[in-house]
Amino acid sequence: MPVRLSMTVNGNPVSADVEPRTLLVDFIRDTLRLTGTHIGCDTAQCGACTIHMNGVAVKCCNMLAVQAQGSTILTIEGLAKADGTMHPMQAAFRDHHGLQCGYCTPGMVMSAIDLLKRHPHPSEEQIRAELDGNLCRCTGYHNIVKAVQAAAKA
Amino acid sequence: MHEFNYHKASSVADATAKLAASDDARLLAGGQTLIAAMKMRLSAPADVIDLGGIVELRGIKVEGAGISIGAMTTHATVAASKEVGKAIPALASLAASIGDPMVRNMGTIGGSVANNDPAADYPAALVGLGATVVTSKRKIAADQFFTGLYETALEPGEIIMSVSFPTPKRASYMKFKNPASRYALVGVFVAESASGMRVGVTGAGPCVFRVPDMEKALGKSFSPDAVKGIKVPADDLNTDIHASAEYRSHLITVMTRRAVEQALSN
Repeated sequence: MPVRLSMTVNGNPVSADVEPRTLLVDFIRDTLRLTGTHIGCDTAQCGACTIHMNGVAVKCCNMLAVQAQGSTILTIEGLAKADGTMHPMQAAFRDHHGLQCGYCTPGMVMSAIDLLKRHPHPSEEQIRAELDGNLCRCTGYHNIVKAVQAAAKA
Repeated sequence: MHEFNYHKASSVADATAKLAASDDARLLAGGQTLIAAMKMRLSAPADVIDLGGIVELRGIKVEGAGISIGAMTTHATVAASKEVGKAIPALASLAASIGDPMVRNMGTIGGSVANNDPAADYPAALVGLGATVVTSKRKIAADQFFTGLYETALEPGEIIMSVSFPTPKRASYMKFKNPASRYALVGVFVAESASGMRVGVTGAGPCVFRVPDMEKALGKSFSPDAVKGIKVPADDLNTDIHASAEYRSHLITVMTRRAVEQALSN
């Protein structure tokens, strides 16, 4: 029996009928066509699916869409301004080459933004620990850490 | 994931009624274990009852000489709580060590405790602190609550509402993280409380257990050396792809010593 799902995504109200077993990541990607959020491992390990729900980072491949009923969702598409100006974290990743293939990047950026909200002046050790839930197979993490350090100063 | 009927509970009484109305239902707390299991079809309940909307189940309260944590309180909330940080800092840092930040924003103490994963962190804290699980039907002491591999004393239809922790004199949790999953290969919670010395071990066996020999030794002398020569026999410990029973036995003594060192340095 479908559930009438309503939430705010990147500032816009959205509403749809969903099967209860619909994962939040599939709702975001397939129904809302916001494909910046990626499915990496599909087992809640890699963090490529990281978005913000009610202001905190969550792995949306490991949630039912109905768990986000009435919530405020922010995805990677919601970061830049309407005129295309990048969020400081996005700019930092670009400036410090914090990505190669880009698959982990939306999740890394969303996770890093949450990190800086909680720890505005993190040490390198803290950054590495707090990005524990985001895996990157390309970069070896060094430039990702540099990007987060730069964004912390921005 | 198989299809299921979704029910959002408005209260504990409502959730209890919905459980009674189904013969194949699962409660949904943070979903960090249940959703993952359902995606792999390891779990396929006909009815899923979501506790996410029950506001009374969230929150942390100072309760006399202790702390009460609502079952739906997330690990992130416990980790960041001023009340927990003041009364039982070892519990706050245990919560901060669970999973990763995203998992901690959804995972709940009630879900963790009800699931009783052999490598979960909270069972060691509940046993180490002599906590009480408050359910919709009764209060259950931690020593009686965790009964076996993924098994607890909860009866069908019984819902965890909160966990009460007495404030210890001193306590510390030391966890040897599996380098990949960050679950506890072995995790030891040491606490000296009004009720005496407790050592709770998770990750090593099928279920959390206490180590009476270490508790006695620490009661005589609260020092890392007091437990140096005490080993938990490997016979009943887990052997898997991550570690042998012998290595886990070795880790128990090492983690207990480090926990005592940390408690002394605070």
